[in-house]
Parts: sequence; structure tokens; C-alpha cells
Amino acid sequence: MTTQPSGPTAQAPYLRIENVTKRFGDFVAVNDVSLDVRRGEIFCLLGGSGSGKTTLLRMLAGFETPTAGKIYIDGQDMCEIAPYDRPVNMMFQSYALFPHMTVEKNVAFGLEQEHLGRQEIQRRVGEILEIVKMTSFLARKPHQLSGGQRQRVALARALVKRPKLLLLDEPLAALDRKLREHTQFELINIQEQLGVTFVVVTHDQEEAMTLSSRMGVMNHGQIVQVGTPSDIYEFPATRFVADFIGSVNMFEGKLIEDEPDFVRIRSDDLGGVIYVSHGISSAPDATVWVAVRPEKITLSRQPPAPAGGTHQPEAAAGENTARGTVKEIAYMGDMSIYLVKVESGKTIRVTIPNVARHTEDRITWDETVHVSWHAESPVVLTR
Amino acid sequence: MPRFSAHVGRRIVIGIPMVWLVVLFLIPFIIVFKISFSEVRLAMPPFAPLFEFVGSKLVAVRLNFANYAFLFTDALYVSSYLYSLKVAAVSTVLCLLLGYPMAYAIARSSPTSRTVLLMLIVLPFWTSFLLRVYAWIGLLKNNGVINNVLMSVGLIHEPITMLQTDFSVYVGIVYSYLPFMILPLYSNLEKHDLTLIEAAADLGASPFTAFRRITLPQSLPGIIAGSLLVFIPAVGEYVIPSLLGRTDQLMIGRVLSDEFFANRDWPVASAVAVFMLGLLVVPIMLFQHFEKRTLEAGK
Repeated sequence: MTTQPSGPTAQAPYLRIENVTKRFGDFVAVNDVSLDVRRGEIFCLLGGSGSGKTTLLRMLAGFETPTAGKIYIDGQDMCEIAPYDRPVNMMFQSYALFPHMTVEKNVAFGLEQEHLGRQEIQRRVGEILEIVKMTSFLARKPHQLSGGQRQRVALARALVKRPKLLLLDEPLAALDRKLREHTQFELINIQEQLGVTFVVVTHDQEEAMTLSSRMGVMNHGQIVQVGTPSDIYEFPATRFVADFIGSVNMFEGKLIEDEPDFVRIRSDDLGGVIYVSHGISSAPDATVWVAVRPEKITLSRQPPAPAGGTHQPEAAAGENTARGTVKEIAYMGDMSIYLVKVESGKTIRVTIPNVARHTEDRITWDETVHVSWHAESPVVLTR
Repeated sequence: MPRFSAHVGRRIVIGIPMVWLVVLFLIPFIIVFKISFSEVRLAMPPFAPLFEFVGSKLVAVRLNFANYAFLFTDALYVSSYLYSLKVAAVSTVLCLLLGYPMAYAIARSSPTSRTVLLMLIVLPFWTSFLLRVYAWIGLLKNNGVINNVLMSVGLIHEPITMLQTDFSVYVGIVYSYLPFMILPLYSNLEKHDLTLIEAAADLGASPFTAFRRITLPQSLPGIIAGSLLVFIPAVGEYVIPSLLGRTDQLMIGRVLSDEFFANRDWPVASAVAVFMLGLLVVPIMLFQHFEKRTLEAGK
């Protein structure tokens, strides 16, 4: 687990989930999850379908009761509190706008339940519609709105109650790609403007990375790792996380040299030795996995010279490299993906940014190349 | 070519019910409408022709409005109309009050028990309608099942008169028409998106408020469809009031049949029928107007 490097760490958690378990019959949807979310954070729960993220969110909203464990919001135990009495609002994946009510009525619905005066309701509805830029659609019904507009109304309807916690279930899933990008930044802006704590559930890693200040990766009902997006990308704790977030080349190997500031791993996957310039904690001779991100690998026609790094001793010649043949090139515009089959038989994924617009001397199909990486780049995983 | 055949296919599909309606509804109605303007006659057929021909030349059109005027001079018709409307309206409300919770419960039950429950709703149709109404006589009459049980238990000492009262008519109509209320309500309620109820709860609405503000307004088309399916046939109901109903107060269906068959006054009977249809067209048109609106809103 990594700790947040910046921010007020002394602050008590705003949302505290303590050993929460949820069973549906024999199936354990959420398995002993503990989690702290700070005030004003955007916290993303990232996981595949069936990972338990939605069940966890529904327990926060009060639609499901935990089989075991406790949930505290702002120090208050939520177990006995019905959904309609919780200081929590949710933005549903389907938006769940009331089809028979206008935009204005939809947004006012939550405030009417608080028995506020008509003028107060009108004022606050006006304010929030201003923020989500939907003032001119006041009298429309949901079916007269586009997907993006519906999403804004759903957001306004949830925010107008000034919840302590806003839960968002796949907030951008129903939007097309261009609109998603735009909406992501807008969501962050609105969150900063209002200071509400967001808990977002998503299966889309890109969405989680851009939105969240911290995120938790879920698998099989458990939280596998919690950290900032860059923590999780650069220092994944397990093979699952490394593989789930972004793409990664994974080499299985045996620890042959284990020093406090470097390790050597013999990997049949690579057909050579991997030298990593930081220590790890594992038993000698243990099986480990070395994860190298595609963008941290370089391609060259000549065998690479032993890299000049700051670490001593340094990687020997022939380490952290392998020879192979380019099997596939995918041009993505901003970068190209190369699939290189090395002599051990493994295919390695390499991404190269397309810096120049047109290079005569670009590496092409069926060329023999050397893949290599810096001794600092790999992450060694023990599980 | 495929365009042409698709066009023909559509015409055939629409054409069959159209032909059905024209032959079995529109033409008979025109005949009845025509008869309602004739004069009664002791002949075969028992009414005077509307158009008088000499050879092949039309010489006179005899329109007789006296039949309609007669409906308002004899108190029997007005009071029968009003009584029919009252019985139909009360029965509709009772069906709605009974049927809505039932339809709601079926729509919210598990898919397997849903099939069984719907089966149970439809099951009575397997027995003849007439037999089922007769069965109520056995239940409701002075020495019938209900009175006998109540007396043997000692709750009452004199039999309660239930048969041939308003009560027995309501029992008969509500019992017979309840499925027509439940089925359209069920098909509406079953389609409701339950996340809307969760959203309402999330926004602070109690279960009752969520029902009142979300479920009820959205089930309005079902309520209207069910109410019309009960109200319209109940107004013209003939069998139930004849078997179970009062003898001192007739419903319009009974008046209609008496005029046709006992009195053999076809023109007046036709006028009664046309007038009743006129009364019923109003709610049907309201329904269609509403249907159109919800169709447009539901796009």
C-alpha cells in the first residue's frame, strides 16, 4: 500500500468502510473490504464486472445492507439508516430521471422531500442548473434531451441536495468518446467548485485515472490496491493490478541475486537475465514476475550498449535485452504499437511515440530488432 | 418490387380488421342509426322506411326525431341511464381499488409465481360467464350459502337480503370485470423501471411518496385503460342486473332489450342504443387523446 504524498494526512476519514462483507446466498460479492475516503476527494472504485464495486456503492447508498461490517459517513454509523434518510446522493448509471417530470421538476424533487419553501427550492434549482449549464432546458422532459444533457440533469438532481457524499455509478459510460473527455474535466471542475466528496464506480481505467485523486482497484470482492493513479500505474502491487491498469509485459522468472539495492532475475520468458536497480523483499529462488510497461521499452537495430545509470553495480551487457522480429505494427496516430517476437517465443509489446511526422528510417515489419529497457523501469511482483 | 410487396402486405394486415369492423360494426350501426329515425309500425319489419321511392325515384325522406324526444319525456329512460352510469362508475372505482394492489403485487413478484398468479386471474374465464353469475345467486340468496353460514355461526338471526339489491349488482359486476382491470394495470406496472423508485428513495422520498409521485403517475395509462374496459361494458351490462339486480330500477341494457323484444318498438330501441353509444364515445375519445399523448411522451 502506498500513502498519499501530499494533502492533509492527519485529517480523519470522511467515509470509513470497516470490514464490510456482503453475501448473496453462497456468493460473496464484497469480501471484508476496509477503506477510508477523505473529505473533498474524488475516489474511484475500479474493477471488472462482478468485482463487487457496484454492490459496495449500493451499500453506501443504502440499497443493500452489509452482511457484516460497518460504514461511517462523517463519523455517523449508517447501518440503521434508510436510503431516504442518508446524507448521500447517487447518480445512477441509467441516470434514472423521472420521465413524466420536466428537468426543473426532476431537480426540485429532492428538495421538495426536505419540505423547503417554494422560493428556496426555485433558487437552489436555478443555481445548480446554472452550474451544469442546463438553465435553458428547464421545461424539457428527459426524452427531449440528448445523452449528455441527461447526464447533467442527473448530476444536478443529485447535487442540489448538497449531499455529504455523491456516489456516481459509471457516470460517463453512456456518453460517446469526445463528450466523455469533455465531461470528465467538467465533473472535476464542478467537484472542486462545490467541494463535495465523490465516490465513483467505473470499469473504465482511463476514466478512473483522469477523474480520481485516489483510486481503489477491486477484484473478486476485495480491494487489491489503493493509491493515486500514478502510484497504481507505476507501482502496481500485484500482477492483477499491473495487468488490469494499462498494458504490461510480464516476465516470469527466478530470483538469482538478491541485494538490498539491486536484484537479478533469470527469466525463461525473456530468454535472459533481468537486472532491476532496486531491492525487493522475497525469498531467494522464489518465483517472481517482472512487469515492464510498453512505453518504457526501446527498440534498436544494434544491440544496446550497457546503459549508463547512476546505480552501482550496473547491468551487465546482455541483460535487460532480447533479440526478436517485428511481427505487427499498429499505427495509432500519436504513437505506434510494435509487437516483437523474441527468441524465447514470447511476444513483447512496445509503444513508440510518433515524434516526427515522417521518418524514412522507421523500423518496419519482419526486421530483426533488440528490445531493451532501463534498469529502473521494471516492477518486480511477488504475487 | 420488394417495396411494392411490403406495401401490399401492410394493406392486407390493416385491411382484415378494417373489413371486420366495417362489416360487423359500422354497417349494423348505420342500420340501427337509420331505424332510430323511423316510425314504429305493426309490420315486418316493424318500422316505416326512411326513404320513399316511386319506381326508382326518391320522392320523400321521412326523418322522425320523436324517438329521441321520447327518451326525455318518459322518466324511465333518464333514470335508467343515470342508474347505469352510477353502477358502472362505482363498479369501476371498486375494481380499481381491488385490482391495483393485486396487479402491483403480481408485477413485483418473482417471474415464476407471476405466471401462476396471472393464470389464476384468467382461470375463471374457463367457466361460462352465465354459470358464474348464476353461482352468485346461490351464494347471495336468503337461504343461500352466505346467509346459512352466518346464521349457523350465530352472527345473525335473520337472513340479510343481498340478492336483487345494488349490493348484488356491484358484487356481480366487480367479480366479472376485475380481470379486465388487473390485466392492463399489470402490463403497465410490470414495465416500470425500478431504479426510478431507488432514485426517489435516494432523493429522500419515503416509500409512500415514491409510490404517489413516481409509480402512480406512470401507471395512469394502465388505470385509464383498465377503467374503460370495465366502465364501458358495465354501462350496457344486461345479464348481471337481470339475474342479480333490482326489479324496481332497470339498467339501460335491460331497457334496450325490453324495447326490442318485449315491446317490439325498434325505432325507440334504436334511439336508446344510439344515445347510449353517444354517452360512451366521450370517455373513449378522452382515452384515445390520452393514449396519443403518452405515445408521444414515451418516444
